[in-house]
Amino acid sequence: MPDTLFGFPLAAIAGQVLVGMINGSLYALMSLGLAIIFGLLRVVNFAHGAQYMLGAFVAWGLLEYLGLNYWWALVLAPLVVGLSGVALERTLLRRLYHIDHVYALLLTFGFALILEGLFRYKFGATGQPYPNPIAGGLDTPMAFFPWYRLWVIAASMGMCILTWFVIERTKLGSYLRAATENPNLVRTFGVRVPRMLMLTYGLGVALAGFSGVMAAPIYQVNPLMGSQLIIVVFAVVVIGGMGSIVGAIVAGFGLGVLEGITKLVYPDGAGMVVFVVMLIVLAVRPQGLFGSLR
Amino acid sequence: MPEQNVPCLEVRGLTGFYGETQALHGIDFVVQPGEAVCLLGRNGAGKTTTLRAVVGLLAKRRGHIAIDGRPTQGMAPEDIARLGVAYCPEERGIFASLDVEENLLLPPVLMPGGMTLEEIYTLFPNLKLRRKSPGTRLSGGEQQMLAIARILRTGAKLLLLDEPTEGLAPVIIEKIGEAIGILRQRGFTILMVEQNFRFASGVGDRFYVIEEGRVAEHFDRQTLATDHARIEALLGV
Repeated sequence: MPDTLFGFPLAAIAGQVLVGMINGSLYALMSLGLAIIFGLLRVVNFAHGAQYMLGAFVAWGLLEYLGLNYWWALVLAPLVVGLSGVALERTLLRRLYHIDHVYALLLTFGFALILEGLFRYKFGATGQPYPNPIAGGLDTPMAFFPWYRLWVIAASMGMCILTWFVIERTKLGSYLRAATENPNLVRTFGVRVPRMLMLTYGLGVALAGFSGVMAAPIYQVNPLMGSQLIIVVFAVVVIGGMGSIVGAIVAGFGLGVLEGITKLVYPDGAGMVVFVVMLIVLAVRPQGLFGSLR
Repeated sequence: MPEQNVPCLEVRGLTGFYGETQALHGIDFVVQPGEAVCLLGRNGAGKTTTLRAVVGLLAKRRGHIAIDGRPTQGMAPEDIARLGVAYCPEERGIFASLDVEENLLLPPVLMPGGMTLEEIYTLFPNLKLRRKSPGTRLSGGEQQMLAIARILRTGAKLLLLDEPTEGLAPVIIEKIGEAIGILRQRGFTILMVEQNFRFASGVGDRFYVIEEGRVAEHFDRQTLATDHARIEALLGV
């Protein structure tokens, strides 16, 4: 077996693909949540990064103050973040549905700044370390794959497939799809659409919280971790197609890997490759790869 | 109190607005259980708006609407639906992201007495053949059948049909008419908006002519037969 490909060491390629898949896992989960929320509520949820950060902090807090480990956090943190989303929808977001959606966007943006500000005030800008819950890894002749990173990729794919299945293949999902197309008509069938909007926002936000827990052992838990991620995630959503479930998943993993490969081939371009793709997609196919024009 | 005196739907002094524009200026009519009542009139007279007010989709509405004697003022559409009203909109509202059977099974069963899926497929055999097709791949006539079929399972007794024959071929219109006849035999009460006066006169018991947001005229099927010329003049047909 050759140990290089196009002049690059195979080990380096495998390593960058792994890093790309890790980032792609987070991009996919995050943009999936945004896609679900945008699809039904037509709200661009700018608080998504802050809610991701909240998920990571809840995981950290559960361990620090209550001694509850990662696996508890994986269940509890998305629940806490999801419930906080339900409360936000119920008290503030809901009041803005009848006016231009830009106002809801501004509300979530303001909420994100406040949340991040509060955490910075309390914890400072430096990160809190979070222990790796699965030590060791898979040692292959090509490269070393840490177990935890493989777990993140598998869990993220599992969650994406589960979410896709629920939306595309179940009765509950058919309400969601129908209400996305014509909420008023679905209401005349006796379906409680306002409650659906609330729970959908909660679910989308819980996915952000879940991503935050997944990220905590890899990156440090810090108040600005979400604002760094969210800009790329918005680009991913635009590339996949606003509101498209499949688009969010495919674009998430695809762009993660593309970014990883770019780090190897042209390291200076890694930070911008996603945005270059976004510009091309916007110019050639503005509805995104999997989106439809309304 | 004898139950049979309570109308299935009672509308008194209904006014309604789209934004600042007043569309309804005081509509009065009743629908008795088991009746088929048609709202006739020109485009823009307020017929569709009246149906939207009854199901709660017109946010700015005033006046009295009661379903089986229960006033619906201030109620949300999802709560009005639970009183036994189902709505088939003019644009049919077939969901593109759902297949035919998903469209058909979408409205939840809210009370007993609705038709079963098998009974619905017997009434509209085409839908069974195409049950895995995406909803919007159907022909206009099939979409109309699906839009009507969809609201028969839920247990609703009062069906509001907005222009069920609009844009359809005569042979399809005939089928829709037969289906409405069968639904009436099954005890459904029907309130229908129609521009097609020939069709309406075949299926309706009583008729209200709406003009500029008011009821201009009210007559029944007997009058239709004896006073045909005057009514046609009234409708401009």
